[in-house]
Amino acid sequence: MAIFLTKDSKVIVQGMTGATGMKHTKLMLGDGTNIVGGVNPRKAGTTVDFDGTEVPVFGSVAEAMEKTGADVSVLFVPPAFAKAAVVEAIDAEIPLAVVITEGIAVHDSAAFWAYAGSKGNKTRIIGPNCPGLITPGQSNAGIIPGDITKPGRIGLVSKSGTLTYQMMYELRDIGFSSAVGIGGDPVIGTTHIDALAAFEADPETDLIVMIGEIGGDAEERAADFIAKNVTKPVVGYVAGFTAPEGKTMGHAGAIVSGSSGTAAAKKEALEAAGVKVGKTPTETAKLAREILGA
Amino acid sequence: MDLFEYQARDLFAKHGVPVLAGEVIDTPEAAREATERLGGKSVVKAQVKVGGRGKAGGVKLAANADEAVARATDILGMDIKGHTVHKVMIAELSPEIEAEYYVSYLLDRTNRTFLAMASVQGGMDIEEVAEKTPEALAKVPVNAVDGVDIAKAREIVAQAKFPADVAEGVAEALVTLWETFVAEDALLVEVNPLVKTKDGRILALDGKVSLDENADFRQPEHEALEDKAAANPLEAAAKAKNLNYVKLDGEVGIIGNGAGLVMSTLDVVAYAGEKHGNVKPANFLDIGGGASAEVMANGLEIILGDPDVKSVFVNVFGGITACDEVANGIVQALELLKTKGEDVTKPLVVRLDGNNAELGRKILSDANHPLVQRVDTMDGAADKAAELAAAAK
Repeated sequence: MAIFLTKDSKVIVQGMTGATGMKHTKLMLGDGTNIVGGVNPRKAGTTVDFDGTEVPVFGSVAEAMEKTGADVSVLFVPPAFAKAAVVEAIDAEIPLAVVITEGIAVHDSAAFWAYAGSKGNKTRIIGPNCPGLITPGQSNAGIIPGDITKPGRIGLVSKSGTLTYQMMYELRDIGFSSAVGIGGDPVIGTTHIDALAAFEADPETDLIVMIGEIGGDAEERAADFIAKNVTKPVVGYVAGFTAPEGKTMGHAGAIVSGSSGTAAAKKEALEAAGVKVGKTPTETAKLAREILGA
Repeated sequence: MDLFEYQARDLFAKHGVPVLAGEVIDTPEAAREATERLGGKSVVKAQVKVGGRGKAGGVKLAANADEAVARATDILGMDIKGHTVHKVMIAELSPEIEAEYYVSYLLDRTNRTFLAMASVQGGMDIEEVAEKTPEALAKVPVNAVDGVDIAKAREIVAQAKFPADVAEGVAEALVTLWETFVAEDALLVEVNPLVKTKDGRILALDGKVSLDENADFRQPEHEALEDKAAANPLEAAAKAKNLNYVKLDGEVGIIGNGAGLVMSTLDVVAYAGEKHGNVKPANFLDIGGGASAEVMANGLEIILGDPDVKSVFVNVFGGITACDEVANGIVQALELLKTKGEDVTKPLVVRLDGNNAELGRKILSDANHPLVQRVDTMDGAADKAAELAAAAK
């Protein structure tokens, strides 16, 4: 069944005709994603050929939805134009918008998040600055490599792209129901908690792997949520124990400020909630294996 | 990016926040003219990005231009909590102060909104106020779409219980401070203290501003605010090459792809170091998704140029990036450095996994470079890199 994305999802790509959009639309199609259109007002009415698959370009998200029944948009729009593109997706009330773009100004992401709220949160936002999500064997909305692993019964939620890939690779023989990269920015749409709740409700997920990193208190709040609401086993990993205070470590949100946002505090909170936390990605995968008896 | 007080003052002035006159100088003699321009008296304020400069003797009154030169002589070059003072602000003397307040706007990550904070207990460390008398610090969520108009500002003022005689003045200052926050793409604007003077004025006497570097594309003036002199030379060189690099204080140089994986690599190396002379990671370097030979060469050049580095760990998981491209990048990078006349003597441990890993590993094996060792697991490679660094220490 998976979460947020299935083989029935109809996907459009905002920014499809740019270089990154072209590259990843082709890869997503290769993974079986049902891509029904792209959006670019300057190229509306044309089609783009991806190895024999003709994908139509529409003038707006609303038009693409009306003509194709699309329910997911993946955004490869440069930072300067990302806010307008997300607002357009929200106005069209598309159920899911996956914002891959890295480097969006915080005033822009805070603005589109507030805007989504003012419109009743009809659009689930994943990202920004994320690799998107994949339901192996069914659909891929973003840039996660589709060939690392197969369908299975582990659910994965992560702030980091490459750690998502690493973990999928470590557990590739068991397979995943869905893997969701929620992004490393200070303001993101879908949180660890949202994904945990969805995996808890998903009958095809037996175990959840949660990857966090320094900055903010999302992991601490997720720990609290797990203690109260999650009955399935959760295995955790937190990156950034050696990160110095006050330095941004690659992701805009990955920063220890004063004594808040440290990896040690996050690990402690997760363990207090009964989550088994690995010291390294490999050890984390081993913990998951032990629980699944696989 | 955190700004100096004088830069914050300039931005406040630009957006109409009431501030006193002030200018920044970096030689004692310049204090004379600056003080004369202010009518013969001034406050000499050390410009450092750390709190507690007043107690450290970094803020002094000058009754005349000669005294200003003397005070500037004392303060320039002073060390305040490990920060050397390179600049002082010569500021207008404040009128007599009747009360000190605190106001700020910042990002509230937890609630994914902005937050106004205000207190009638200003002038001291606000974290102390929050801890000892939390009821004295009003925290009011600000919706990013709605912002702060005069009505919202009055709401903040009411929640912080400002006295009636200053309420309107503080509310007006809060509106201009919000304009600063939005127009400059700030992550934090803080005024501490915001004062009420005996003659009834509201003034921002000291401030902190932190800017969002992701907004640089629409903030062309922000580049000039960067404190280039203070940057670590390796960090500056990396930035010039568009590399995401942070200098740390260990011995194992790190290159990886993806911020999360690199952070994780630092941790794994630090654990491995516990068994090998306590060596630690020397840096954070994320070469990103499409790691070309050129990017790899740039990264290796920075890391091999760090005298603290004793061994290098290249940790790549091929996602979209294919490992054969990365392996070619490493081989070509070492060639490139050789042709540049750089004598590479530090051992490299390379771990490649994921997309086309077998092909990448074969390329490294075939190249058979005497300094490059292949270890195919992340934990194993970290252990090897730590061992080599400990041996070379």
